[in-house]
Amino acid sequence: MTIEELEERAASEQQRQAEFKKRVLTCTAAGCVSCGAGKVVGHFRAQVKERNLAKEVEVVETGCMGLCGSGPLVRVAPDETMYKNVDLEAAHQIFDEHVVGGKPVAAYAVDPKMPFFTRQVKVVLENCGRIDAEKIEASMAAGGYEALARALTEMKPEEVIEEVRKAGLRGRGGAGYPTGLKWSIVRKAQGDQKYVVCNADEGDPGAFMDRSVLEGDPHRVLEGMAIAGYATGASQGYIYIRAEYPLAIERLKTAIKQAERAGLLGNRIMDSALSFRIDLRIGAGAFVCGEETALMRSIQGRRGRPRPRPPYPSEKGLWGMPTLINNVETYANIAPIIRNGSAWFAAMGTPKSPGTKVFALAGKICNTGLIEVPMGVPLREIIEEIGGGTPEGTTFKAAQTGGPSGGCIPAEHLDLPVDYESLQLVGSIMGSGGMIVMDSTSNMVDVAKFFMDFSVDESCGKCVPCRSGTKQIALLLEKIRSGQATPDDLALLEELCVMVKETSLCGLGQSAPNPVLSTLRFFRKEYVDLLIPKLVYEPHEA
Amino acid sequence: MTPPPASKTDHPSGDNRFKLLDRTIARFQSRGDALIEVLHSAQSIFGYLENDLMVYIARALRLPLSRVYGVATFYHFFNLKPKGRHAFVLCMGTACYVKGAEAIQNAVAKRCGVSFGETTADGAVSLVSARCIGSCGLAPVAVLDDDVAGKLSVDGAVERVGQWIAEPEQVSS
Repeated sequence: MTIEELEERAASEQQRQAEFKKRVLTCTAAGCVSCGAGKVVGHFRAQVKERNLAKEVEVVETGCMGLCGSGPLVRVAPDETMYKNVDLEAAHQIFDEHVVGGKPVAAYAVDPKMPFFTRQVKVVLENCGRIDAEKIEASMAAGGYEALARALTEMKPEEVIEEVRKAGLRGRGGAGYPTGLKWSIVRKAQGDQKYVVCNADEGDPGAFMDRSVLEGDPHRVLEGMAIAGYATGASQGYIYIRAEYPLAIERLKTAIKQAERAGLLGNRIMDSALSFRIDLRIGAGAFVCGEETALMRSIQGRRGRPRPRPPYPSEKGLWGMPTLINNVETYANIAPIIRNGSAWFAAMGTPKSPGTKVFALAGKICNTGLIEVPMGVPLREIIEEIGGGTPEGTTFKAAQTGGPSGGCIPAEHLDLPVDYESLQLVGSIMGSGGMIVMDSTSNMVDVAKFFMDFSVDESCGKCVPCRSGTKQIALLLEKIRSGQATPDDLALLEELCVMVKETSLCGLGQSAPNPVLSTLRFFRKEYVDLLIPKLVYEPHEA
Repeated sequence: MTPPPASKTDHPSGDNRFKLLDRTIARFQSRGDALIEVLHSAQSIFGYLENDLMVYIARALRLPLSRVYGVATFYHFFNLKPKGRHAFVLCMGTACYVKGAEAIQNAVAKRCGVSFGETTADGAVSLVSARCIGSCGLAPVAVLDDDVAGKLSVDGAVERVGQWIAEPEQVSS
């Protein structure tokens, strides 16, 4: 495929879409499907057939539209009215009155001026919920593969890396390592074969950003990986994805096949010298495989056990060859950077953390769902305006970010700007973007115990501090929770947390005590209240 | 060790499902590093990973049995025991936890008389806890067989499980 052919296919798809009077888009991401989006789509299809409207109305299944707590969601284009809680009855009414009659149904409509929509800036999610994720043409019509074409024809690999470096993009998996720097290390590394790996092992409980991107716009990730392949000199890519995401796996398989057929993956992509293919590797339910060295072992069919670094994967990775590992969201940022330029990207967010970040907002909050905001936005804006605050009658207590490796941010830090450094200052981490809101009913000792049980289960067992330390921490927490602990136990708990943090081999162990340390820091009283006071010797009166 | 039974010959048991498995093995050219893919395929064909099945895979991929067993037990996704006729998969992700999944867990386990990770003695229901199925907007969530149930209540969950237990045992073919 040449650039002209790509443009032609994009234009003809745009033309095709413009010919419909109305397009009915229904979110069929995992959240909406589980509240009955399938039936709603079926109803729309049946109606179109029954009323013979196939030439005027198109029914489209899309990825996540964001407001996951109020699904199923439906959007009617071109006037962009969005509906929530669409059951069969609502679907019937919407089809009758809006799609056919042309009059929006106010009862189910979502207010587009809601802060949930107006405060978001969509870069990664720009196509999510707007295009048919199973059609490559839909992606092309929205600008897909344009960046790959430009990189291959107008830019040298070094220029691509320079552009990513200038944009200031940092790894969206949580650690925030500069992406451009990582790419240039892999480019310079010596090796007959190089690999590009996409980490889609989104293990943090409460996080579903990567799943939504893969379900809603898989081609964007493939394009980002192909550009990375061109920039680093790799010819083979792997996407390591969790087995728990069957729909994302299916959509990725479809997308890879379509891209191969279109000549956008495979040999001599767009008649250039680049050959790049992508294979899927399905995980098998091990949280530790999100750690890059464990992930590589898992791709090679072994137990996912981390190894010490260095050597870093960028020098010695898969099968001992230089390997680039980035997260889904990082790759999803690449195409817009190449398309719009690094200056455009660097202008968003903060100078140290440019761009946007996708968060999965869940827990005790009114608008649960998927959001994308510029880096550096105050936490208060995310919780109170975009999220709509906690449900009536309760007050905000803490936001948990970074999953089992992160910490809780209490109400007094609500004005904290959300970026890598600020979150670290209060003892949490950015993580991959899960944000769980807790209200006054949540007990922080329970929360700490919950995360510690998770870490005990998921510890791979290789190093002692993590294997035994997390277990002992969990036992101590249980002792505190059941009201049998003394102040000495609390001191022991703190000592143990620091020990596990400092001596574990990989990121999982090093960060496992974070939920305990951070709740101790901000909610110490809840621990102390559960302790038995130290027995004081009081001599009997003679 | 005898060479692996090539895909051309049938499995001595006459079980045709091995042919399906051989196809996956052939697709990965019997490469040892495809072990996880092969185990996935084996589990979807046979339902769980029996000891004999693991021996078969070890030979076919020319791997020590310890490696196959080690990998199969390392990953949560692989089952070494048969599952019940129905599966109640409760999400224990953070969002579900905050919204009360623990109460559901306790109530359902009490109703079934077994704890999570086990199957009832009559093989009716398997209780499984999942890390996070990523439908956090609908918390608390459980997957009842293949049906995702969101915003689940304790009573609702117990009732559904109760129906499964009360079901007459079907004659297995």
